[in-house]
Amino acid sequence: MNGAQDLGGQMGFGPVAPERDEPYFHAEWEKRALGVTLSCGAFGAWNIDESRHMRESLHPADYYASSYYEIWTKALERLLERHGFVTAAEYKAGHSLRESATPKRVLKPENVAAVLARGGPCDRPVSTPAHFKAGDRVRTRNFNPTGHTRLPRYARGKVGVIDAVRQGFVFPDTNAHGMGEQPQWVYTVLFDGPEIWGEGSDPTLSVSIDAWESYLELA
Amino acid sequence: MAHEHENDHDHEHGHDHVHGHGHDHDNHLDPMAARVKALETILTEKGLVDPAAIDAIVDTYENKVGPRNGAKVVAKAWVDAEYADWLKRDATAAIASLGFTGRQGEHMQAVFNTPEQHNLVVCTLCSCYPWTVLGLPPVWYKAPPYRSRAVLDPRGVLQEFGLTLSADTKIRVWDSTAELRYLVVPMRPAGTEGMSEGDLAELVTRDSMIGTGLAGQAA
Repeated sequence: MNGAQDLGGQMGFGPVAPERDEPYFHAEWEKRALGVTLSCGAFGAWNIDESRHMRESLHPADYYASSYYEIWTKALERLLERHGFVTAAEYKAGHSLRESATPKRVLKPENVAAVLARGGPCDRPVSTPAHFKAGDRVRTRNFNPTGHTRLPRYARGKVGVIDAVRQGFVFPDTNAHGMGEQPQWVYTVLFDGPEIWGEGSDPTLSVSIDAWESYLELA
Repeated sequence: MAHEHENDHDHEHGHDHVHGHGHDHDNHLDPMAARVKALETILTEKGLVDPAAIDAIVDTYENKVGPRNGAKVVAKAWVDAEYADWLKRDATAAIASLGFTGRQGEHMQAVFNTPEQHNLVVCTLCSCYPWTVLGLPPVWYKAPPYRSRAVLDPRGVLQEFGLTLSADTKIRVWDSTAELRYLVVPMRPAGTEGMSEGDLAELVTRDSMIGTGLAGQAA
């Protein structure tokens, strides 16, 4: 979706503000937000793509006014409600008021190290051979899906070169919406700066994205 | 240090809560502390999260996983040509051989700076970052100023980090739009020929592995 998250090339946010010796957390609640988010992810009730889509579905004014842990927390509240774990009344009360759905897993402290060290690999075998090879000229599709996609607006309808054929990966555009993993080949596609940014673009710039096969056609 | 306000029941927990614009997020710690506290309380009462598991997650990312991991990878690549070649071909395996595996590092790619080309990593669509080698991302990496301009005006962004590249150095920006996570291998600083791997690792900053900085100089 063309949501607030799709930031590439937008203007008006001001300079980057690096912080010297930045701590990992700026408040205690950020630690708990991280831990709660990862713990709930371990339920197995939703996947990372649905989670990303929930974050990008925040109202743009809310998204831009929120720090990243705020975005995570707000999206998590909605995911928990959608999947039957917490009700709006419970958020209002600040306490559990009823039995809820039972998750596949509850993350226990003794399992944390193993779960984090394993991660969540999302490479998958694809039954068809890769359609493109390194060096092929490709054009990205120009579309505006209302659902989740990982093709940013700045890179739609642009001609680039296949820089690398990667692996088969879960397709976020379907996986975010309960339509299955439907894995596809992923490619690194390299664009010249001027192809993307046009007049006045830095001629020494090139930009690459990682694109699922169905985002691409031969140019 | 922010304190959580357990009695802050007046806070609006609704989903459409929108903050004002242009404020400093640090002014909003108390409402968020209350909101996350309520979330953890509800989920704990339901037996869906274990506060000790949250503690273990926080401990992992506050004390165990961080950019010292990535610095070890880079220093090894500087002194060991065979390792550097492995890192280039199969970064996930080469990094795993040093014990760094897991969440947000399942599918790694290492990109090497050269005198001709500087590499810069961004995630314009969310906050994708190689946690296993760099730890949790800094706030600026997840915030709109960096995500919007890294692909459009990387030289301007680098200047905000105090880094001015020569005009003929090419810049390649890697937008992490899929599940590949990128580690920049900065160039080994001049005059470090006699240094040990351990001492070299001290020169490898977090920013140099994102591309917003260079490796430090020998003392």
